[in-house]
Amino acid sequence: MIDEDFTKSLLDKHSYLTQRESIDWFTVECPGSELVSFVKAMRDDEGFELLIDLTAIDHGEGAECRFSTVIHLYSLVHRGYVRIHSLCLDNDKPSMPSVSDVYPAANWHERETFDMFGIHFSDHPNLKRILMWDEYPHFPLRKEFPLAGIDTPLPAADVVEVTKASVEPAPMMGGPFVSSNSGPISDSEPRAKDESWTERKEKPL
Amino acid sequence: MSTTTKEISVGDIGARGAEANTKLDGDKMALNVGPSHPTTHGVLRLIMELNGDLIEKCEPVLGYLHRGDEKIAENMTYNQFVPYTDRLDYLAPLSNNVAYALTVEKLANLEVPPRCQAIRVLVCEMARISSHLLGMGVFGMDAGAWTPFMYTFTEREKLYTLFEELTGARFTTSYTRIGGVARDIPEGWLGRVEKFVDQLPKAIAEVEKLLTRNRIFLDRTEGIGEISKEDALAYGLTGPNLRATGIDLDLRKDKPYSGYEQYDFDVPIGTKGDCYDRYLVRIEEVLQSIRIIKQVIKDFPTGAWYAEDAKKIFAPPKEKILSSMEELIQNFMIVTEGPQIPAGEVYFEAENPKGALGFYVVSKGGGVPYRMKIRAPSFCNLSILEKLAPGHFLSDITVILGSLDFVMGECDR
Repeated sequence: MIDEDFTKSLLDKHSYLTQRESIDWFTVECPGSELVSFVKAMRDDEGFELLIDLTAIDHGEGAECRFSTVIHLYSLVHRGYVRIHSLCLDNDKPSMPSVSDVYPAANWHERETFDMFGIHFSDHPNLKRILMWDEYPHFPLRKEFPLAGIDTPLPAADVVEVTKASVEPAPMMGGPFVSSNSGPISDSEPRAKDESWTERKEKPL
Repeated sequence: MSTTTKEISVGDIGARGAEANTKLDGDKMALNVGPSHPTTHGVLRLIMELNGDLIEKCEPVLGYLHRGDEKIAENMTYNQFVPYTDRLDYLAPLSNNVAYALTVEKLANLEVPPRCQAIRVLVCEMARISSHLLGMGVFGMDAGAWTPFMYTFTEREKLYTLFEELTGARFTTSYTRIGGVARDIPEGWLGRVEKFVDQLPKAIAEVEKLLTRNRIFLDRTEGIGEISKEDALAYGLTGPNLRATGIDLDLRKDKPYSGYEQYDFDVPIGTKGDCYDRYLVRIEEVLQSIRIIKQVIKDFPTGAWYAEDAKKIFAPPKEKILSSMEELIQNFMIVTEGPQIPAGEVYFEAENPKGALGFYVVSKGGGVPYRMKIRAPSFCNLSILEKLAPGHFLSDITVILGSLDFVMGECDR
């Protein structure tokens, strides 16, 4: 188990860390500039051999620091996890140093995070999209991206010429239905969460 | 018309082959496998660079089954997402359901009663058997042995009949609810499960007779796709693929959840981490799952099968909704607003047949998650392929893919 002695010594050793309150695992906030050296120290000195997960959170367009990355490390010695939050300081061009040199497992996770959030991982060996196709222009897990999707041209020009096909958003009629638990009572009726357009309402431009 | 004869000398065939080989060296071929190809077990595409028959580079291309599950999760209530978890690792939907429910329960600080925990352990282990049966059968098929697949599939069919009786569906079960399960186990069902696990070792023994000491199977799997301990950790492998390298990491033992600490079972580990070891580990895991199932059935707890005090999370049984006002309101609130989960963040992993399936949920309160990340074991297990495939022959790639036992539904999400 990860005990208090361990967490205290970790915070003493790395003065740039700030502890975060968490209901499950020991959680720290690490500035992006120190991230690579910190995870290297975690792997080499503290026995956190497994990078379990790397992802990001979009805190919404109004947030001071819009994007942050979250790393979960697992230790076979302690049999426990440590969670590392790092804020991306630039909201328009979010970036974060890549930890794929330390943990090769991060390679694909960082590609996915780049694909979904548009966070640039500097010094990544092969930073390109992994789930969406290479030419896809949007970052789907950003909060402003609608659930239905956005009109997008297909990358294959020859196919488009014959079929006139493109990627079209799917109207969200029929669910998922969610009611909001705040605001006026007229809003609390269950409705499809993304109603930016339906059959009755024109698609916003 | 005159004919002339000329003597042709045909030298040593081996020498000619070697000469041809040196001539070919440097002429590389790009080969595209998939996305629709039987060996890729779904829609995985591999772009390979071949030198003769030797793989020099292998680049997996994913995303052909990407459905945006994480985006969908942000737009619906916690309960509405349960059916989507079926479609992650669709060969073991029951254990995905359980992993998801446990994550949200952990965030809500909710403990389910012992009977519910026992049901969950039982279905998880049955799902593990079902997934490994398919994994082993298909692996044999990838290595050229058709028959074992028929045996394992017959057994899996019996499991599916049991699943159908329990959940109403054979494939996409959606059985677990946050704070409980969809319904209690049917009358006499435990006896039928016990009957099934009693006859299963005999069927496994038959598969073993066909594969484990089979010369052809051994030649094709032993020493192929060897993963070292260091590589396995560096690439974040989990599940049988990690244990086959000799690392003892099983979340059921390390961080017991849902009452796994009460049951006695062994964690099989391999020594070399090659394709054969991965096969052996899966065989042994099936036998260990049988052990767990027998213990669960022997000491099956009575009492409630859902958390009765979780009034804002678990919808009450139908007959109470139809007869009592309070339960009606409770049900209405849960259906429309979703289960009320406190703000916070939580990460939970469960030991699924394919590896550690993790959910990272960020909640700002209310019935809808703010962000949900699904840590798919198949995604991480596949990432080693770029390192693993080079140096093997093209014919080995089918065996390597089969032994990694991944599911693209989970990999692409």
